[in-house]
Amino acid sequence: MSPAIELIAINKSFGAVHANKDVNLSVERGTIHGIVGENGAGKSTLMSILYGFYEADSGEVRVNEKPIRIRSSIDAICAGIGMVHQHFMLVEPLTVVENVMLGAEGGAMLRAGEAKVRKELARLASDYGLEIDVDATVGELSVGLQQRVEILKALYRGADILILDEPTAVLTPAEADALFELLRSLKAQGKTVILITHKLREIMAITDRVSVMRRGEMVATVETANTSPPELAELMVGRRVLLRVEKTEKVPGAPVLEVQNLSVVDARGVLRVANASLTVRAGEIVGIAGVAGNGQSELLEAIAGMRRPVLGSIRFQEQDVPADEHNPHHMRELGLLHVPEDRLRMGLVPAFPAFESAILGFSDEPQLGKGPILDHDRLVADLAKKMEQYDVRPPAPRLKTSNFSGGNQQKIVLAREIERNPKVLLVGQPTRGVDIGAIEFIHRRLIALRDAGVGILLVSVELDEIMHLSDRILTMCGGKITGERKASQTNEQELGLLMAGVTDEAA
Amino acid sequence: MDLGILVTVFDSALRLSIPLLAACLAGLWSERSGVVDIGLEGKMLVAAFAGAAGAYVFGSAWIGLGFGIFASVAFALIHGFASISQRGNQIVSGVAINMLAAGLTAIVGNAWYGQGGRTPPLEGDQRFDDFLFGHSALVFVVLLAVPLTWFILGRTRFGLRLRAVGENPAAVDTAGISVTGLRYSAVIIGGVLCGLGGVYLSVAQAAGFLPNMTTGRGFIALAALIFAKWRAWPALGACFLFGLLDAIANQLQGFSFPGIGEVPVQAIQALPYLMTVILLAGVIGKAIPPRAAGVPYVKER
Repeated sequence: MSPAIELIAINKSFGAVHANKDVNLSVERGTIHGIVGENGAGKSTLMSILYGFYEADSGEVRVNEKPIRIRSSIDAICAGIGMVHQHFMLVEPLTVVENVMLGAEGGAMLRAGEAKVRKELARLASDYGLEIDVDATVGELSVGLQQRVEILKALYRGADILILDEPTAVLTPAEADALFELLRSLKAQGKTVILITHKLREIMAITDRVSVMRRGEMVATVETANTSPPELAELMVGRRVLLRVEKTEKVPGAPVLEVQNLSVVDARGVLRVANASLTVRAGEIVGIAGVAGNGQSELLEAIAGMRRPVLGSIRFQEQDVPADEHNPHHMRELGLLHVPEDRLRMGLVPAFPAFESAILGFSDEPQLGKGPILDHDRLVADLAKKMEQYDVRPPAPRLKTSNFSGGNQQKIVLAREIERNPKVLLVGQPTRGVDIGAIEFIHRRLIALRDAGVGILLVSVELDEIMHLSDRILTMCGGKITGERKASQTNEQELGLLMAGVTDEAA
Repeated sequence: MDLGILVTVFDSALRLSIPLLAACLAGLWSERSGVVDIGLEGKMLVAAFAGAAGAYVFGSAWIGLGFGIFASVAFALIHGFASISQRGNQIVSGVAINMLAAGLTAIVGNAWYGQGGRTPPLEGDQRFDDFLFGHSALVFVVLLAVPLTWFILGRTRFGLRLRAVGENPAAVDTAGISVTGLRYSAVIIGGVLCGLGGVYLSVAQAAGFLPNMTTGRGFIALAALIFAKWRAWPALGACFLFGLLDAIANQLQGFSFPGIGEVPVQAIQALPYLMTVILLAGVIGKAIPPRAAGVPYVKER
């Protein structure tokens, strides 16, 4: 076996950030090679260098044992490298054919090239089972099919080496399985696949070898068969981590949050939440599982009072919340606190110093200052104390919010909300963009809160997270709640079906 | 109404819609590539001035056209440099173009000819003659731009790439195509079209430049562009409709309505604008612009 790709002593800096430090990587032809690492470990930068999005400051790239210089995506495409980006590089109003031929039209007029694309797509469909309606508008395809278009684009351009960046983040478990099936068949035909992910389960399931990156360096490359998830996690973080926080069975208390027949319509008039009802009891974590974009975000925002539902009502601690009092301010006063999904857009102000971000939404509290004047020294001292409790690094309250890593920003938001003694806590994507080490900490906190009698409604696209933390799990698909299961009595396959819209009656 | 009046109105509608159509297509090219262009007005104005001055000095309408297009493209490149290369705010840049054009043409015109910003009246070869059916050649050049735009955008490689870059420039970049190059091409095409529209105003429709002679046509063209949902044939329809309203308004001046009496000229002149508001607010429904329009392209980390 010979290497399809070799990266030798790659260095890349963005200003003061050394994103890749002397990185070496060798990928054997005809294998599936995983690359894992925490956020900011340098995986995406490395792959962007390979695909010509950036040029390395120093180092050498060899494709099929020949050194080449990749200055732009064109060079990469010519060298047989194709990339499926995490955020698809598709033009939504164009058709599948037009998207596939973009940049490889085969002549100034489209007509001739189009016939060739159709023929080639038919061949790829029969060779790899990549069937698709070639005249469909890409924006109207499901996310799974859009990803298929991305793969077809790469294969049409003659890619021998396919890089996939977090390909399963947007897929249902069933779609992910289909993708892995496809990757195996690509491998069987001699193609080389590089898979970037942070899901260790996927690494174990499909890769032949795996390389681990940490803080810009390549720390290890191992045979997948000879390693284990705990070992990989330890390599990624640099210390031992618990992948699953244990929790004890508990009998939940009285209902603290009841949502009745809630429907939400978005700004474009599309129904995003359809007639959703749910109950959260004291001392229980209710998880909402679903593929991103199926109404979970809107449901959470509607409960928090940020969006006005078109229909439905909510009850808090067995009291009706009148529609005109259903706003974020009033809900906070009642004790319904919210860790929003998108912390940079809704949870923090990136340009503020941390101590200001740490009082957002609570700046009216009288103890924070005298009258309209905030007592900065006090805010700094308060946050310093919380930073110690929550292990925020660096423990610097005056540092700009955007200078903290994702995990530490999330800890600042959590500290702000949790320390106000919620009765109900809404949590959206608590560990998105958060390092494994911090995930363990955040999970511990949430379980401690639940043990203290708080009702928690958790929305996450990470099915593992939902399964680890929740007592009860609801699934959402297309804005509807499609099922409810006890966490102890279900499994990934069943939840996957419910998330895909197979309802209880059919399952 | 007899046939004679209908023909007159139709004829003048066509005449009035040509500068709108040229500007509207210019906006179409620019915005389909992702560059919002509210500087259509300003570009037409500089083209009208440079066209009239060029035609006067060299005694040829066609040389005037060359000057007009050159001036308009130069202004288009300023907008391109600000919004593509420098990733500036495209609205601010467009406003600046409009203000610069309004001020510059009046001042330079006054300095050169001392007639309050006007150019001297054009006559003979300095103007575009009637070419066919009493219309000048420019009318047909602008009309021809409609099928050309439709064909190039829909049927050629360049058009596919241009449509793609206005929706998702990152997709174009990762396909190995220059986003900057495509957007500059579109902006330049827009400059040429605005040049045609502006020169038509001062060298074909009128006989010389008047300060601020575009009188908001660049903005009506933007309205027509939205009305046409950024497509070439509907743009023709929208511009003709606005031209027709204008022509009818002209016919109705001094006309006594039964039961109302004579309506003030200003009210009739406001009709096209009112119609625009009503059409845009109610009738045409949602017009979705190219997704990347107005957003400078920056490679993400």
